[in-house]
Amino acid sequence: MKKKYYKFSIITFFIFVFLIFYYGLNQKNLYTPEDIIVKKFPNLLLNDFYSFNETSLDNILIDSNYYLINIWSSWCLPCREEHPYLVQLKKNSLIKIIGINYKDKKDNALKFLDEFENPYTHILSDTNGTASIEIGAYGVPESFILNKKKEIIKKIIGPIDKKKFNEIIELLKNEN
Amino acid sequence: MKTKFILLIIFSLFLFSKLSFSEDLKLENKINKNLRCLICQGQSIYDSQSDFAESMKIVVKQKINSGMNEEEIYSFFKMQYGEWILYDPQFNTKNFVLWLLPIVVFLAGGIIILSKFGVLKKR
Repeated sequence: MKKKYYKFSIITFFIFVFLIFYYGLNQKNLYTPEDIIVKKFPNLLLNDFYSFNETSLDNILIDSNYYLINIWSSWCLPCREEHPYLVQLKKNSLIKIIGINYKDKKDNALKFLDEFENPYTHILSDTNGTASIEIGAYGVPESFILNKKKEIIKKIIGPIDKKKFNEIIELLKNEN
Repeated sequence: MKTKFILLIIFSLFLFSKLSFSEDLKLENKINKNLRCLICQGQSIYDSQSDFAESMKIVVKQKINSGMNEEEIYSFFKMQYGEWILYDPQFNTKNFVLWLLPIVVFLAGGIIILSKFGVLKKR
C-alpha cells in the first residue's frame, strides 16, 4: 500500500514538472510591451538633418491634426520594407510625417531618400541615439502617432506593414 | 615652506577632484549594470555593445551630469519602458508572491522538521 502511494506521487510529480516545462518552453519570452505608452510626447532639442541647426520638436509640431514620428536609418533593412507605406501615407492630408534619422551617415541617408522618395516633411537627426531613448524607442524602425495635443495615440514597434498601415488609416478615420 | 604648502593644497584638490570623478563613474556603472539592454534582452547595457545600449549609456551619463540621483534615473527609465527595464525589481503587488514564497517555504519546512522531531510536542 505504501509502495503504491510512493509510485503514484513520483509519477504525478514528473507529470507536473513535464507540464510546467512544456508550457514554459512554448511561451514567447521576448518582451515587447506595446501597452506601455508615455502619454505626452517629450519636447526634445534635435539637430535639423539638412542644416544641422538645433531645432525643438515643439516648433515643428504645430500645424497638423496628426503627426507620425518615424525613427529610421539607411542601414536598417526593415526601414526599406516600410518606406512605401510612409510614401503612401504622405498623400493623406490629415497627417504629417516627421523623420528621426537614427545614428546614420548623412550621405547614406540622402542616397536612401533619393532612391525611395522622401515622405518626411521634416527630418531631424539623432546622431548619438539619445533622443530615441528619451522618446522610449525599442529599436529601428519605430513609429509614434501623435494627435494635435502631442499625445501618443499609437506606437508601432518594428516596420509598418499592410495590416498596420490599414490600422493607421482606420485610426485617422475614426478620430474625425 | 610656503610653496610646499601651496603644492600640497593643489595636489589634494587634484586628488579630490579625481575621487569625485571616480564616484560618478562608479554610480554610472552601477546604474548601467541594473538596466536591461533593449536588443539583447538577457544582458545589461553595461555588457552590451548594441546601438541602443550605447545610446542608453550616454543618456545615463547625461542624467548623472544634470544632477539626477539613482532613483530618479530608474524612475525615468521605468516610465519609458516599464519596470521590465530594471534588473532589480521593486517589491509590489504583482510580484509579492515571488518575494515571500521562499520565506514561507523556509518557515513551513522548519515547522515540519521541528514537529517531526517532536520538539514542538514536548512543550
